Amino acid sequence: MFSLQGITSGIQSFLHARFSASGVLIFESLIVILLATTLFALLGLVLVWMERKVAAQMQIRLGPNRVGPMGIFQTSADTLKLILKEGLTPDGADKLLFNLAPFVVMVVAMLLLAPIAFAKGFQVWDINIGVLYITAVSSLSVIGILMAGWASNNKYSLLGAMRSGAQIVSYELSAGLSILTIVVLTGSLQLGDIINAQQNGWWLFKGHIPVIIAFVIFIIAATAETNRAPFDMAEAESELTAGFHTEYSGMKFALFFLAEYINIFIVCAIAATLFLGGWMPLHIGNWQGFNHLMDYIPSSIWFFAKTFALIFLIMWFRWTFPRLRVDQLLNLEWKYLLPISLFNLLLVTVIAILGWHF
Amino acid sequence: MYSQTEILKEPEINSSNSAEGELVINIGPQHPATHGVLHLVVTLNGETVKKVEPHLGYIHRSIEKMCESLSYRQFIYVTSRMDYLSAHVNNHACAMTVEKAMQIEVPTRAQYIRVIMDELTRIASHELWWGALAMDLGAFTPFFYAFRERETINDIMEQTCGARLTMNYMVPGGVMADIHPSFQQKVKDFIKLFKSNIDEYDELVTGSVIFQSRMKGVGCLSKEDAISYGCTGPVARGSGVHCDIRKIYPYEIYKQVEFNEIIETAGDSFSRYLVRIKEMKESIKIIEQLIDNIPEGDYQAKTKAVLKLPKGEFYTRVETARGELGVYIVSEGGTTPYRIKFRSPGFSNLSALDHMVRGSKIGDLMATMGTLDLVIPDIDR
Amino acid sequence: MFLKEYLSDIYHATKSLLTGMKRTGYYFVHPKEIITEQYPDNRETLKMADRFRGEVIMPHDANNEHACTGCTACELACPNATIKIITKFDVTPEGKKKKALDTFVYHLELCTMCNLCVEACPTDAIKMGQNFEHSVYDRSMLLKKLNKPGSKIREGVE
Repeated sequence: MFSLQGITSGIQSFLHARFSASGVLIFESLIVILLATTLFALLGLVLVWMERKVAAQMQIRLGPNRVGPMGIFQTSADTLKLILKEGLTPDGADKLLFNLAPFVVMVVAMLLLAPIAFAKGFQVWDINIGVLYITAVSSLSVIGILMAGWASNNKYSLLGAMRSGAQIVSYELSAGLSILTIVVLTGSLQLGDIINAQQNGWWLFKGHIPVIIAFVIFIIAATAETNRAPFDMAEAESELTAGFHTEYSGMKFALFFLAEYINIFIVCAIAATLFLGGWMPLHIGNWQGFNHLMDYIPSSIWFFAKTFALIFLIMWFRWTFPRLRVDQLLNLEWKYLLPISLFNLLLVTVIAILGWHF
Repeated sequence: MYSQTEILKEPEINSSNSAEGELVINIGPQHPATHGVLHLVVTLNGETVKKVEPHLGYIHRSIEKMCESLSYRQFIYVTSRMDYLSAHVNNHACAMTVEKAMQIEVPTRAQYIRVIMDELTRIASHELWWGALAMDLGAFTPFFYAFRERETINDIMEQTCGARLTMNYMVPGGVMADIHPSFQQKVKDFIKLFKSNIDEYDELVTGSVIFQSRMKGVGCLSKEDAISYGCTGPVARGSGVHCDIRKIYPYEIYKQVEFNEIIETAGDSFSRYLVRIKEMKESIKIIEQLIDNIPEGDYQAKTKAVLKLPKGEFYTRVETARGELGVYIVSEGGTTPYRIKFRSPGFSNLSALDHMVRGSKIGDLMATMGTLDLVIPDIDR
Repeated sequence: MFLKEYLSDIYHATKSLLTGMKRTGYYFVHPKEIITEQYPDNRETLKMADRFRGEVIMPHDANNEHACTGCTACELACPNATIKIITKFDVTPEGKKKKALDTFVYHLELCTMCNLCVEACPTDAIKMGQNFEHSVYDRSMLLKKLNKPGSKIREGVE
């Protein structure tokens, strides 16, 4: 069976044999940086193309079909165009913050990559407070958006940034509570432990209805946190033209755009890890033969299949629903999602204490 | 001597003079939600709209003045460029005014064709409005579903009239050409397609809880206000005003066809939405009644090559997709009009916008504007 | 009672949203419903409606003869001064002078395709062509001369 675990441990022992401990760390960091950047670029290209294709199919259109077969090089061509474009800084903008904001958003997205397990034994950092780390870092992205909105010296941007702030702060709550249900069931904050706990079945199936509710709430909150329709209040192109990135052009705009897609990937990866077992293949109870068959599919394929299925779901939302109004958005969180997830957490705790889950 | 006109200063527009905490924001002339070059100066307090001031004139082409130098055959084509989504109905109104003034008897066949074309135009216009409204609310997909049906109508128009948008098919005395031999079949095919697809609209948009919460209780306009602002068309009918020109002043053969005037009483955005959706179904009903019964005969009355209107003033009105369109011609007896005035529905409907959205959120402003179904060249002319 | 309402609210909301998703999902898995026309690729099969108004053309027959008498009815009917007719005097075999068309100038850049000139023409000398691909790099290329060089009026057209 093909596994990435062998490669990573091979590299580690190879480096340890030749360099001192700090040298190994430096080399490993360099490899991680290289991989992360490549992954980012690739994901951006693939996800934008995927979004356009999904949108086109749902809208009875063809979508990109000129550059390369099925238009797969369309996004590369677009990126090239954006790189060549001039990145304007408007008059009266706070130059430092304006130019820093896209990078803040990008760096936050990159930091979130650290604890995600892409395959069995293929993880940058299996930190023991992994879930806490994710919730803490993901709320930092709002700072980048607020910076962009404030520094642009544009009223649309400012309104968009303020909306985004209110929205992300609210939805953090229910996202966090949904994650907590899994933490309660597993008894660990470490993502590796959470994945291992799903060896005999994913939490979505093992955890009865409360986990399904938590999953739904997490998907809703994740959509809101990434500023995707129907919660794209920060951009709301029919209201605020482009919201916080109205004034951005060229590569700086592309960074925001890229960060949006990376964020979608990350929240979907987290959802896949917590509720769908990450790289863990589909195992059903003690059907030995079936479980064995499933093990033959490489773990990285499992992970990416689950993540992309969730990404598709979020794209499906975007191309179906109208946008909520800003007060309805907050109503939904505070009147529906938060009470439900609080009650749900209580239920899960009872289930976990009494050991009713499988 | 010229009388001195004082140039009014508008202190509210200047943001430095505005009240504490208020934000003046220019929505338009280039903005995705204004569907044209409408300029709204919006005063905001946070997310709440305090005041909306529409600024017009970005697409003023002085059509009324242009018409004064055109003959009575020529001026009709210009009116297609006012409310381009109901170009047929505009042309129809102009042709009717000339016919009224010259007392031309329009053949029954021409009347049937005209009414069918008007109703097809109305459906096409409402289809576009439906898609654009969904787009204003952030849902992109309905736009393409609406255009799928609209495209069929455009094809029918192209085949019979020769153009897709600015048809110029109506001439004084009838229509420019007879219907295409396959016209009836195509219209029947369209009716079939439309009936099978209209349910999708309800599934995708009307029934959606997000859409309903965005629409219900938003942008309310009471019956009295609708009348006093001079609103017409679906905007007024959504507020319970009985104002369908096809019913109260029937023209052509509208007296003979069975259809209901759609009136909703709630006065909010959702009732305006429902009026238009139901109106599409009523239009289908009208077309169904007429399409098989188009009488044989001439499609155009015999008229002189050069039309001369008798001295006097003439006014006709028709129901376009947006409301009442009035055409007022002052004739000095020559070959060109002395003065032409168009009463466009969009202008009056827009004037109620400020009243409707005060105190609501920015999102509501867009939603309400979407339900007004504004066509900017119609407002400015 | 309140809880029941709350829960039924959630149920109906979710149901309505799922109905919408079912509709878009249906189209996602039915690529046959795609209505896109790939225009430059389908130029061979693209057939414009026979009444489509793309430009004014003047049909010439095999003998390079047209039916325009130079009466300027179209020029008068045109609302935008799109058409300009330059006439000349031909000398008939009997020695009489006869007015005839010299140049039919057509400003495509001014034309709104309103069909009024075609309606006005007493001899059906002009009609609407179906070509709609008019884009050129220079505006002066839109100024067209509709009667072909060396063409003359068909016998018997008055």
